[in-house]
Amino acid sequence: MVADFTRDERVSALIVLGGLILAGLFMAIAGRNDLLGVHGWMIAAAGLWGFFAMVRGFGLPEPPATRLAEYYDAPTRVGLILTLLWGIVGMGAGFWVAALLAWPDMTFDVAWLSFGRLRPVHTSGVIFGFGGNALIATSFHVLQRTTRARLPDAISPWFVLLGYNLFCVIAASGYLMGLTQSKEYAEPEWYADIWLVVVWVVYFAIYMRTLARRKEPHIYVANWYYMAFILVVAILHIVNNLAVPVSFGSAKSYSLFAGVQDAMTQWWYGHNAVAFFLTAGFLGMMYYYLPKRAGRPIFSYRMSIVSFWGITFMYMWAGSHHLHYTALPHWVQTLGMAFSVVLLVPSWASAGNALLTLNGAWHKVRDDAVLRFMALAAIFYGITTFEGSFMAIRAVNSLSHYTDWTIGHVHAGALGWVAMITFGALYSLVPTMFKRERIYSQKLVELHFWLALTGTLVYVFAMWNSGVIQGLMWRTYDETGTLSYSFIDSLVAMHPYYIARALGGLLFLLGTLTALYNVIMTIRMPAIGAHDPQGDLPAEPALQAGE
Amino acid sequence: MFGFHYRIERSAMGLVGFIIVVASIGGLIEIAPLFTIDETVETAADMRVYTPLEVAGRNIYIREGCYACHSQMIRTLRDEVDRYGPYSLAVESSYDHPQLWGSKRTGPDLARLGNKYSDAWHVTHLNNPRDLVPESKMPAYRWLLRDALRTDDLSDHLAALRAVGVPYSDEQIANAVQDAYGQANPDSPEAAGTAERYGEATNLRVFDGLPTKLTDMDALVAYLQVLGSLTDAAVRTETAGIE
Repeated sequence: MVADFTRDERVSALIVLGGLILAGLFMAIAGRNDLLGVHGWMIAAAGLWGFFAMVRGFGLPEPPATRLAEYYDAPTRVGLILTLLWGIVGMGAGFWVAALLAWPDMTFDVAWLSFGRLRPVHTSGVIFGFGGNALIATSFHVLQRTTRARLPDAISPWFVLLGYNLFCVIAASGYLMGLTQSKEYAEPEWYADIWLVVVWVVYFAIYMRTLARRKEPHIYVANWYYMAFILVVAILHIVNNLAVPVSFGSAKSYSLFAGVQDAMTQWWYGHNAVAFFLTAGFLGMMYYYLPKRAGRPIFSYRMSIVSFWGITFMYMWAGSHHLHYTALPHWVQTLGMAFSVVLLVPSWASAGNALLTLNGAWHKVRDDAVLRFMALAAIFYGITTFEGSFMAIRAVNSLSHYTDWTIGHVHAGALGWVAMITFGALYSLVPTMFKRERIYSQKLVELHFWLALTGTLVYVFAMWNSGVIQGLMWRTYDETGTLSYSFIDSLVAMHPYYIARALGGLLFLLGTLTALYNVIMTIRMPAIGAHDPQGDLPAEPALQAGE
Repeated sequence: MFGFHYRIERSAMGLVGFIIVVASIGGLIEIAPLFTIDETVETAADMRVYTPLEVAGRNIYIREGCYACHSQMIRTLRDEVDRYGPYSLAVESSYDHPQLWGSKRTGPDLARLGNKYSDAWHVTHLNNPRDLVPESKMPAYRWLLRDALRTDDLSDHLAALRAVGVPYSDEQIANAVQDAYGQANPDSPEAAGTAERYGEATNLRVFDGLPTKLTDMDALVAYLQVLGSLTDAAVRTETAGIE
């Protein structure tokens, strides 16, 4: 890594890392009576580690000028490994909290092992750790290939990747210590939020600086999605995390908004974290890796335009469907429901575009588990978006809301769509990024595919069942007009499904472990010579507009 | 339309500008009016603020992630009103920074939990839920009784809450630490000040059953016992909106 830096970049890196150490020390001193101090020391230690690594490599020869004729893939390689490691952390925590719901005494009287503190480690670990690293790693790769331009420098991609992972570590360790804003998927406290904004600005700058030097006149569709992901997540993150800290020596902050305005802001954020983090970013991934792997051009350029702008416009209205029948004014609920239903059109346009792209390549889907991962992801994307629009209808939502049905829906999306497309992209990327001839074992990819599919189906069916049963038990009246079931009756009825859910999650986790093993063994295979960079462009008639 | 797009997708700044404009519209139309339309939040003259001890308790509720399994939002549905009580009004969480409406009921809704059970019930239940409800899935929070409550920064907490709009007075902020102690020690000299600054209806009790010692359990139970009783607005409201 240091060897890739020019002398100027090494100096800049030392300044940045020095600043990080100082910021960490400031937090450690100001927060010496608070958990903020713990995070201060962690940040200072991370900075110090980087600083020493930089000093040790400072005297290395500068990289040759010929590097500028090649793409810069080292951050992508590390990002892919981090994706898998966070995947195991996030899914492992998920399996554990699932087990806790079946056997709650496994808390063992240890505060950080309790459900409430581990659950955000699961959600953030999967969304931000696994998903975020996958997006950063693949976006660097796709950006360079589709613009035929090298990343603008060596230091900023590393700053983004490592800075982002520092954010993830601060977030997850904070939850275990009890530091959380309580807003779902926006739990990290104010100082972590500010740090993420800094990282994100640099990420956006990388995109713009690379696009400015592109050798392709058109910006490829995958990049529209990655750009929407970066831009809109920034807007959402900043607005939803507006807060006043108790003091500069305290980790705790109070959200700027209260009550109904806070709830609406939170679910505008929450639903669009799904839209722009878990959908737009991964659609960007799909629009590059799926046609590449299938060796087919994207089916319809016009469909991709309609679905992109449809998703960008309509998703932002849909958040209020999380607040049906609540104290949120009725007109906002109705708007949210209406847009959620119409949202099915651009969503299915994307899913359809992906599946129609596979026309003429279905034999590859049959034979190649990597492409099958991506095809299945597109199918799950279609199923989940249909289900989402359906659940946003007020009458349906009255039954499904607050129940496990929502959990089932989220996991159909997270396991079936997000993780599957990620594994597809990851398996196609690893051999080329590490310059290996092929993936170590195609059989293990096959095994992973079936573990992932089985795990997802077991999970989703368990949660569909328990959710619908729960919803029905809560609203059942007997002939005398009294409620038939106590709350605890419904909880007892959930028990077998909670065990089944943990089993489904375990199968999925085993699949991810298989992937990690397969990737490590691939890296340990001998390297091959350079490959043809022209071959990285999307298939030709992909996006020649106006044809 | 597609000709226009042909040009837009050749300009990075054009795409950026368009994405920002197109994505901003929904939020602006749905969120901004919630701050300006008066009917969004009902007025309730009797609405009171959380005491410092209740603020501390609320922060423990957040710290332990209780919101992940318990909602605090009773919907306008017949079965919810029959099960939990009058449906929740916007005004009831108007001092909640952030709100804890929640999104999942692995356990029951808690919006009207206050004064439903005794303090002793809560202490036993939080210490090990399965002592009272054998089928419960809730973790045992045994550390709440063990850990002393941190109170030294409570004035800063109240000041930060005032900065975001909760109407705490200067005296309430200055006396936050004593008021927290007084609320959990009704026989102490501090208790009179708590009652004076937060009203006679404030619960002044040894919540955790351990006199003199102020624990996390004191704070959490004090918070749970006030849920749904910051105002009577919900009880007074017509039930016509139930579906």
